[in-house]
Amino acid sequence: MEKLILEASAKTPEVVFDPAAGTLLLKGRSIPENSIEFYKPLNDWIDGYAASPGSQTVIEMKLEYFNTSSSKCILDLFKKLEKLNGTDVSVNWYFEEDDEDMEEAGEDYQAIIKLPFKMIEVEEI
Amino acid sequence: MSLANVYSLYRTMEDENVILSFKGIVTAELLTSVLHIMEAKMDSMHETPRIRKKVFNVLVECLQNLYHHVENSSTPASREFLERKSALVLIVKENDNFIVKTGNYIDADKAQELKDRLEIINSMDKEGLKEYYQNSLNNSMVSDKGTAGLGMIDIARKSGNKLDFEFLKINNETSFFCLNVKID
Repeated sequence: MEKLILEASAKTPEVVFDPAAGTLLLKGRSIPENSIEFYKPLNDWIDGYAASPGSQTVIEMKLEYFNTSSSKCILDLFKKLEKLNGTDVSVNWYFEEDDEDMEEAGEDYQAIIKLPFKMIEVEEI
Repeated sequence: MSLANVYSLYRTMEDENVILSFKGIVTAELLTSVLHIMEAKMDSMHETPRIRKKVFNVLVECLQNLYHHVENSSTPASREFLERKSALVLIVKENDNFIVKTGNYIDADKAQELKDRLEIINSMDKEGLKEYYQNSLNNSMVSDKGTAGLGMIDIARKSGNKLDFEFLKINNETSFFCLNVKID
């Protein structure tokens, strides 16, 4: 299985999904008008990864902002990961100091998704 | 418009503390440009990261609402049609507060639906909105463009204030929707 690497753009985050390391990184901002189009290859990649995941899978969410159109796609991504078998899945949710909105966004997902979340406050994402 | 009117329009905007304005059809390119300009402005105004993010977030949702609103309507292209698709966006800085103001035409039947939703949102406190957002996020169906009807709830949460809105009746089929979002 190949890595999925997408460079960040003005409206979409950097993506690095590394099957060997079992890490899935989303970093930057996610504000596309049509988020389904952007998230489809990410979902497809996870479908492939589901066949032979690493013993541990860590989702590194380092988002600066995301729009509500992305929020639904991110939830669907988590729901897919929640169903993975044969791997311990966890989420590291990063937010910048004083960014109560991004901290709350993490709590929103935590309330819906049954994956362990670690909330990590950093100076700058 | 006479030249004197250009000045009076300018004066009005100056007196109302408008720092950025746009009137026309909100396209993807326009949206990108406005966000870019606003980010640069807030940088030069030395706003705190907290305010910068909130204003940016609210502006993204407001502009994308207008963008999808245009995209969803399907009337033949005519001068009247183009006017109906146009929107007004104003960003106001008053003391330490930013206010995002938008205005756009809306079908009368959709206006009632939106009004009901905004009244529900305004009746909720912070915790209520959080719960409403989580339920809507988890249960709503997404349209093919990925809009889940979460925009207004998110705008209310990020702004931390009640949404100030009005529907002006234009005729039996059409209203003009005005929204003021104060961020502090």
